[in-house]
Amino acid sequence: MIRIRVQLPAHLRTLAHVAGEITVQIDGTVTQRSVLDALEVNYPTLRGTIRDHITHRRRAFVRFFACGEDLSLESPDTPLPEPVATGREPFLVVGAIAGG
Amino acid sequence: MPWRVAEKRFAFSAACPLGHHYRSLRGCEMSSVRVLVGTHKGAFVLTSDGKRDKWDVSGPHFGGWEVYHLKGSPVDPDRIYASQTTGWFGQIIQRSNDGGKSWEPVDNKFAYEGTPGTHTWYDGTPHPWEFKRVWHLEPSLKDPDVVYAGAEDAALFRSADGGKSWDELAGLREHNTGPRWQPGAGGLCLHTIILDPSDPNRIFIAISAAGAFRTTDGGKSWTPINKGLVSDFMPEPTAEIGHCVHHVAMHPSRPGVLFMQKHWDVMRSDDAGDNWHEVSGNLPSDFGFVVDIHAHHPETIYVVPIKSDSEHVPPDGKLRVYRSRTGGNEWEALTRGLPQENCYVNVLRDAMSVDTLDKCGIYFGTTGGQVYVSADEGDNWKPIVQNLPAVLSVEVQTLS
Repeated sequence: MIRIRVQLPAHLRTLAHVAGEITVQIDGTVTQRSVLDALEVNYPTLRGTIRDHITHRRRAFVRFFACGEDLSLESPDTPLPEPVATGREPFLVVGAIAGG
Repeated sequence: MPWRVAEKRFAFSAACPLGHHYRSLRGCEMSSVRVLVGTHKGAFVLTSDGKRDKWDVSGPHFGGWEVYHLKGSPVDPDRIYASQTTGWFGQIIQRSNDGGKSWEPVDNKFAYEGTPGTHTWYDGTPHPWEFKRVWHLEPSLKDPDVVYAGAEDAALFRSADGGKSWDELAGLREHNTGPRWQPGAGGLCLHTIILDPSDPNRIFIAISAAGAFRTTDGGKSWTPINKGLVSDFMPEPTAEIGHCVHHVAMHPSRPGVLFMQKHWDVMRSDDAGDNWHEVSGNLPSDFGFVVDIHAHHPETIYVVPIKSDSEHVPPDGKLRVYRSRTGGNEWEALTRGLPQENCYVNVLRDAMSVDTLDKCGIYFGTTGGQVYVSADEGDNWKPIVQNLPAVLSVEVQTLS
């Protein structure tokens, strides 16, 4: 079991009633899908807010970052970078910047 | 002592020692009102005693999120449902069991039944049905755990467990005209839900820009009720569907009489929507969004004329509520206390409501962030708050 660090945007922290960085435990390969699955099990109010309930597609204005890389367009089943999978770096869920 | 909804007088009138006619003696006790305001950046709860003079303001609840609508249960007013949404994180439904002091998210999974297919896009091409948000929440008249949700893209959902799960009443979206429904400027939204107090199986809904529909079997099957509507922007102005209905109102004592603010035209039906006729009369503009009905006089109705669909501001920069005491056609401007120069706000479709106190209170909110109250049926107005985010919805609870 690996403890994965996750950082959520402010609105989702409020919704999940958490402050700061959180962790989820993953058993097996650490991917976007396994992290989000664990996140939604631990924090059911986040279901539907990061990815679609049914299709599990990432919501259009949500992006995923880790280790300085934008991973948003990666397959959800691609293993996350080793520093994330070992808990040294966080997996970032980011609300896209919009407006002007 | 828990709050109770002040009982409406249209049902069981009884004499009151003060000479008023109330449904029960309890109605003579000091009442209070709670105004639920949804805005572009959160929800606010405004409370006052029955004088409606001094107000407490709480909020923002769900700060930074669009709150399209909040509404309390008529049988348990401390049970309130709220629709919270953003383009970033989608739809959340919040529920309060203590009159809006605390909230808990309930289920936000709004899944269309089966394979939803397509409706018609702005350019006339087929477009997949996609859930975007809940525009309106309508709690049951009988059961606080039953609540209906009107969605964009247009569909009606129902929860029987206080919002913990939602099921689509798919007969509406699967109506044979559904593939021809087109969005209005605000989207293909189901924004009006009216439950008939005399018949639990009869529900009226309205969709921009498909029109109004009625079910008499609890939502299994639906009939378009748009006969008499004329929409010149359509290739066939009197078509069965395609009308941009902005809002519909019904007085609970007369469920067969409906009033409608269409895109253009204020309309009236005396046969539960089978036929409509125009009652715009002497309004300075018959474009607008809101329409509502006096709590005790079902022939007294209110609208807020807006200049045009291209400008969305009050005519002449004057914010005027118009009242008809004759069920339409003859209108009087209500201006006392409202800005009569340089006012360029809009009043959106769910942003007017009435209380049921003896002297009926009228409330509306603007895109400029003001919420106005009239404690005397519209004769005089004053702002409750002036600097909220743009107001999307206003609902009033009369408490005793």
